[in-house]
Amino acid sequence: MNGAATKKLALSHLWVAFAAFIVACFMGEYQVLERSGFIPALDSAPVYFASVSTHGVLMAFVLTIFFIMGFGYTIATASLKQPVWNMPLAWGGFWLALVGVVLAAVPLLTGKASVLYTFYPPIVAHAAFYIGATLLVVGSWVWCAIMLVMFSQWKTANPGQTVPLAMFATAANAMLWLWTSAGVALEVLFQLIPLSLGWIDTVDPGLARTLFAWTLHPIVYFWLIPAYTAFYVFVPKQAGGYLFSDEMARIAFIVLAVFALPIGFHHLYMDPEQASGWKLLHGIGTFVVALPTLVTGFTVIASLEIAGRLRGGKGLFGWILTLPWTNTMVLSVILALLMLIFGGFGGIVNASYAMNAMIHNTAWVPGHFHLIFGGTTIIMYFAIAYYLWPLLIGKALFSNTMAVTQLWLWFIGMAILTTPWHVLGLLGQPRRISSVVYNNLLTLAWKPYEFMMIFGGLILLGSACLFIYNLVKTQLNPTPEAVAGEIEFAEPIHAVTALPEYLNGLKLWNKVIAVLMAVSFGYPILQFFFMKTFGSSAWGY
Amino acid sequence: MQTELAKAINLLRDLCAQFNAIHIDPLEKKWITISLMVIGLLVGIITLDAFFHGVNPPSKVETIDSASLHLSKEFAEENLGVQVDGKGVVTIRMVAGRYSFFPKHIDVPAETPLTFRWVSMDVLHGVHIPMTNMSTMIVPGYVAQVSTTFPKPGEYPLLCNEYCGLGHNHMWSNISVIAKEDWKAPVKSPASGEQK
Repeated sequence: MNGAATKKLALSHLWVAFAAFIVACFMGEYQVLERSGFIPALDSAPVYFASVSTHGVLMAFVLTIFFIMGFGYTIATASLKQPVWNMPLAWGGFWLALVGVVLAAVPLLTGKASVLYTFYPPIVAHAAFYIGATLLVVGSWVWCAIMLVMFSQWKTANPGQTVPLAMFATAANAMLWLWTSAGVALEVLFQLIPLSLGWIDTVDPGLARTLFAWTLHPIVYFWLIPAYTAFYVFVPKQAGGYLFSDEMARIAFIVLAVFALPIGFHHLYMDPEQASGWKLLHGIGTFVVALPTLVTGFTVIASLEIAGRLRGGKGLFGWILTLPWTNTMVLSVILALLMLIFGGFGGIVNASYAMNAMIHNTAWVPGHFHLIFGGTTIIMYFAIAYYLWPLLIGKALFSNTMAVTQLWLWFIGMAILTTPWHVLGLLGQPRRISSVVYNNLLTLAWKPYEFMMIFGGLILLGSACLFIYNLVKTQLNPTPEAVAGEIEFAEPIHAVTALPEYLNGLKLWNKVIAVLMAVSFGYPILQFFFMKTFGSSAWGY
Repeated sequence: MQTELAKAINLLRDLCAQFNAIHIDPLEKKWITISLMVIGLLVGIITLDAFFHGVNPPSKVETIDSASLHLSKEFAEENLGVQVDGKGVVTIRMVAGRYSFFPKHIDVPAETPLTFRWVSMDVLHGVHIPMTNMSTMIVPGYVAQVSTTFPKPGEYPLLCNEYCGLGHNHMWSNISVIAKEDWKAPVKSPASGEQK
C-alpha cells in the first residue's frame, strides 16, 4: 500500500461502513423483539417501520457501498503498486456519499421515510430521502471511475502483462455497479424525486418495479464480489497454500458480472406487469449465474485442500483438520461456504419460476437473504477487516481469540436466526409485518419460531459488538505490537503464462452486457410506453 | 453484410481457440460439466413445465385505472366476489385496499379450477393463501390474474404480503374452501364486465 494518505482514505470508508453496521444491528434485534409481541410496551408500527427502513438502508446501501469503496482503494493501490488516481476526487466521492447518508438519515429516523429500502411507489417518502440516496450512489460512481481509470492506466503502462487478479475482480465490480445502479437511478430521478416534490402527479408502479428489478439482483453480486475476491486472493495464502486456478477465478468473475445483470425479473415472478416469456428468460439466466458460484466453491475448496495437505493432512478428509482454524480468514471462509450451501439451496427454490409462489414475500425471503448476505458476505467483510486493520494502522490486532470467538458466534447466531425464519415462511407468515394480529389458528404455530429468532438475534448483536470492540481497541491500543507488513496475495499453483485479452480486460464484456441488457430489458421497459397505462397518485403510509 | 458475418464468426472462432488454450485442470473440467448438467436439468424441467403443462406464474399483462375501479364495469361493487358463468367457469373478482380485501369473506369450491382477478384501489399490495399456490402481487394500474385449484376444503386466511402502509399487518381476510359437492354457486347474474 502506498503511504499514509491511502490508508487514511481506506480507513475512513471502512469506519463509516462499520458504524452504519453496528447501529443497524441494534435495530435488527429490536425488530425481532417488537414483531414477536412478547413485550407489549414495544408494540408500535410507526417505530417498527422507521426502524426496518433504516436497518435496510444502512445494511444494504451504507455498509456495503462504503466497505466496497474502502476495500477497492486498498486493493487497487496494493495490487497495482501505484497511488490512488486523483486523491482529491476520491475524498470528494467520500464526502458526497457521506452527506447523502446524513441527508437520508434525517427523514428515516424521524419516520418521514418509512418506505423500506426497496422504495415501492406509489407510497412516497420525504424528498430528502431520495436525494440523499442519490448522492450516496453518485459518490460511489466516483469510486467506480477511479477504479476503472487505475485499471486502464496500469494496463497502458504494462502492455501484455496480466492484471493482478484482485484488481481484475475489483474493476469488474466497478463496471458491474455502474450498470446495476443505472436502473434504480432512472427510477429515482424520473419517478420518485419528481413525484415526492410534486412536479408530476402520477407514476406507473409497474415501470418503477421493472426498473428496480434491474438493480435488485446484480446489487447482491456487487456486495458479494469483495467476499469472493477474498476467497481467491487472501484465503489460499492465509491457509498456507496456493490458489488452485487463477484463470477460472477470472472466468468466474466475468460470468458473475455479465450474468448477474439481465436476470432481475426473478423478483417479479408474481407481478402482473410482465409477461411469462420474459420471466422465464430471466429465470433461465438466474440458473446460469449459479455456475460461477459452483466454480468458486470448487476452486476455494481445492485451494484449501492444497494448503491442508502441505500442512501434513492425510486421507480423504484429514486435510480439513490440519487447516489453521484459528486464522480468521480461513475460519471465515469455511463458515461462509457452509452458509452459502444452505443459502444457495434456498436461492434455487426462490429462482424456480413457478415454485416461487410458495414462498414469495413470505418470511422465507428475509431468512434467505440474511443467510447469504448477512452470513456469507458479511462474515467475509469481518475477515477482511481483521486482516486489513493491522496493516492499515500498523498495530497488531487487539485479540485474535476474541476475533475467532466473534466469527463462531456470528455463524451460530445466523443459523439460529435464519432457520426459524425459513420455517415461518413455509408456514405462511408474510414478511414485513410489525405484529401478528391475524385471527387464525395458523399463527399459533409461528410463536416458538419467533422466540428462537430473538435468541439468534441476540447472539448476532453480541458478536457485532465484539467485532467493533476489537477494531476500536486495536486502533486505540497505546502499547501495540508494531506491524509493518504488506498485503500478501495468494500465488496460483500454475503460474499464469499467457492470458487471452478477453480474460485480462473488460471492454468485450461491457459490450456483451449492453447486448444482453437490451435483449432482456429493452422490450419489457418499452412496453410501458406502447400500451395504455394508468399512473398512480402519491400516497402516504 | 456477409463480411460482417464472416468477421463475427472469425471473432467467435478466435475466442473459442483462446478459450481452449487456457489452462483448466481436468478435475475442474469434470466439475464444470457436472454443474452444467445439474443447471441444465433444473432449467429443462422448468421450461418443459412452462411450455407443455402451462406452469407459469401470474403474468397476464392487463392494465386498469385503479383510481376509478368503482366506475369500471368489471370491478363495480355488485360484481365483486365469486361468479359462475354459463359454462360453469368460476371467476373471483377481488379488490385490495388499505387495509382489507373486498369482499371480506368468500366461499369457493374445492377441486375446481378457479380464476382470481385481483386489483388494487390504492397502493402496492400482495396476497397469498398459506399452504396453497395462490400468490400474486397486486400492482395498482394492473389486473393480477391467478388460476389455481384448491385440493383441500378448510378455512384459509388471505394475507397481504407487501408493505402497504403502517397498518399492513391488519390487512387480511378469510376464504372458505368448501367440498365440491356442498358448494352452491352464488345466485348472482354473471358479470357483464369486460374481460379482455
